[in-house]
Amino acid sequence: MHRRGVGAGAIAKKKLAEAKYKERGTVLAEDQIVQMSKQLETFKTHLEEFASKHKQEIRKSAQFRVQFQDMCATIGVDPLASGKGFWSEMLGVGDFYYELGVQIIEVCLALKHRNGGLITLEELHQRVLKGRGKFAQDVSQDDLIRAIKKLKAMGNGFGMIPVGGTYLVQSVPAELNMDHTVVLQLAEKKGFVTVSEIKTSLKWETERTCHVLDDLLKEGLAWVDGQAAGEPQYWLPALFSELCSRDVTPRRPVRWCPEQRVWGNRALPCNHPEL
Amino acid sequence: MDRFVWSSGLLEINETLVIQQRGVRLYDGEEKGKMDVGILLLSTHRLLWRDHKNHDCCIAMPLSQIVLFEEQAGGIGKSAKIVVHLHPAPSNKEPGPYQTSKYSYIKLSFKEHGQIEFSRRLSEEMTQRRWEHMPVSQPINTSTTSQAGRTRAVGIVGIERKLEEKRKEMDKNISEAFEDLSKLMEKAKEMVELSRSIASKIKDKQGDITEDETIRFKSYLLSMGIANPVTRETHGSGTHYHMQLAKQLGEILLAPLEEQGGMMALTEVYCLVNRARGMELLSPEDLVNACKMFEALKLPLRLRIFDSGVMVIQLQSHSEEEMIASALDNVSEKGSLTSEEFAKLLGLSVLLSKERLLLAEKMGHLCRDDSVEGLRFYPNLF
Repeated sequence: MHRRGVGAGAIAKKKLAEAKYKERGTVLAEDQIVQMSKQLETFKTHLEEFASKHKQEIRKSAQFRVQFQDMCATIGVDPLASGKGFWSEMLGVGDFYYELGVQIIEVCLALKHRNGGLITLEELHQRVLKGRGKFAQDVSQDDLIRAIKKLKAMGNGFGMIPVGGTYLVQSVPAELNMDHTVVLQLAEKKGFVTVSEIKTSLKWETERTCHVLDDLLKEGLAWVDGQAAGEPQYWLPALFSELCSRDVTPRRPVRWCPEQRVWGNRALPCNHPEL
Repeated sequence: MDRFVWSSGLLEINETLVIQQRGVRLYDGEEKGKMDVGILLLSTHRLLWRDHKNHDCCIAMPLSQIVLFEEQAGGIGKSAKIVVHLHPAPSNKEPGPYQTSKYSYIKLSFKEHGQIEFSRRLSEEMTQRRWEHMPVSQPINTSTTSQAGRTRAVGIVGIERKLEEKRKEMDKNISEAFEDLSKLMEKAKEMVELSRSIASKIKDKQGDITEDETIRFKSYLLSMGIANPVTRETHGSGTHYHMQLAKQLGEILLAPLEEQGGMMALTEVYCLVNRARGMELLSPEDLVNACKMFEALKLPLRLRIFDSGVMVIQLQSHSEEEMIASALDNVSEKGSLTSEEFAKLLGLSVLLSKERLLLAEKMGHLCRDDSVEGLRFYPNLF
């Protein structure tokens, strides 16, 4: 243990320093900390009062939550930083978003075998709502986005990729660079892309196109349909909208098998002659 | 019947109810019309009618529309009626149950009697013409709202009105809440500015801060959700709260970690712990900050961040060399393994088994075969 400033000399020095500061009109940091402690108590009371009147509003109104979050951000406060924060304890904002975080993780985990860890914000929203049951509070897409932002603190590559007006939520630490992202965005319209589409729209050479598509195949984010008329189609399960309503049962992921011309256990690189 | 307008049935200020009679059906001229039997009301200003089954269906007509009326006695199978002759409808009349009518009179059919008294009262009102010198709060004839053109069906009026009231109530609540919120934020802003001032003073060493005071400051930041301006970490780690949390985690995670082969992804831990708590949940940052203290508190767990960015909690007892050695054994035994196969073998999650294989590869014990079929690892014979 280290005791500071013992002895008459130290005391005198301190007194001198204090006096000097007070002369200049500046307040000492430790005095300010005392002041902060008092102000904190006052603030806590105000917050309690606010909570007693409006706690329901936060739970019921997504619009109010947005406003609340924006205001906090403007003044430099993060109400979701800690479960121990006043906001969380008294307004219950914390529990709402942290629980949502758990539900998001669980949905993403359950579907990862099928979509490789990429899911549209809409599908995520639908499934989370379904999981919450009909008596639970409503959650908006904005709520999901905020919960996801918080999940980033735990590594694991939670991120959001903007595509065609919405987002794809990524829940695996796959390295997706600009090339991957742009192909995802291209695929968003129909749920799939072909090599020639990419070459035409993005003006890439075959090598670059195949490299990106192979990457997506490897990560399990894309499946190739070699039986499509014309050229093989690279589908993104994350964008399968019609599958949203079906229930998910964990199965082994299936790949294209050229020998039997069926979905099987082998996949081929995109410039394979059989494709 | 086209002189009638849809109404809420509520009387305006200065309007008084004179008499009401049940069991009345309205006729458009000689035709029975689409209205059912209902309650007829006479006020100082209007003639109102409300459907007896659906109280939201209510129509009204100003008494000024009436030219004259006459009684029609009932007979066998016919109820007594009052025939009311009307002025033409004004052009700016609000919407009602009938858009047009070929008749300029209506009939009030009293199925449950009461016609005599009603007739008497109506006569009184028509004589006194009280509506002319008692203006009501809301003009009935002239339409100032933009409701022209909306066709409404029976019953929807009442529902719409209820919704509107509910909306107004909610809006009022929300706007009050927003007002209070703004005031609250003003006060929070003061706290933020104060904390910034303190932080800059700590930096410039204006004053002598003890360790104790630093810890207290950090906990204030934690309560307010203010990022620690000194260390740039949100609400600063190292508070008592996180130390306690770390100790708790040290106890509850031992068993699950053993089951999962000594390693769990941080997201799994997050779900596990929060599901167990039920309420007063941990934020992701709380969890991370608590885990960072494992080493300092000499707990048998460690937070570990892989190159890929995946964060895991690891039992200290499971040393790295052991894991790599066992991974090598497994791969050699099977000839080669993908992360899915490895995961199945060990009962681990695919994510963590991949990390383990990557680690073994990094140490030079395994090498990879990377193709579209997947990533497969072989013992390194080079």
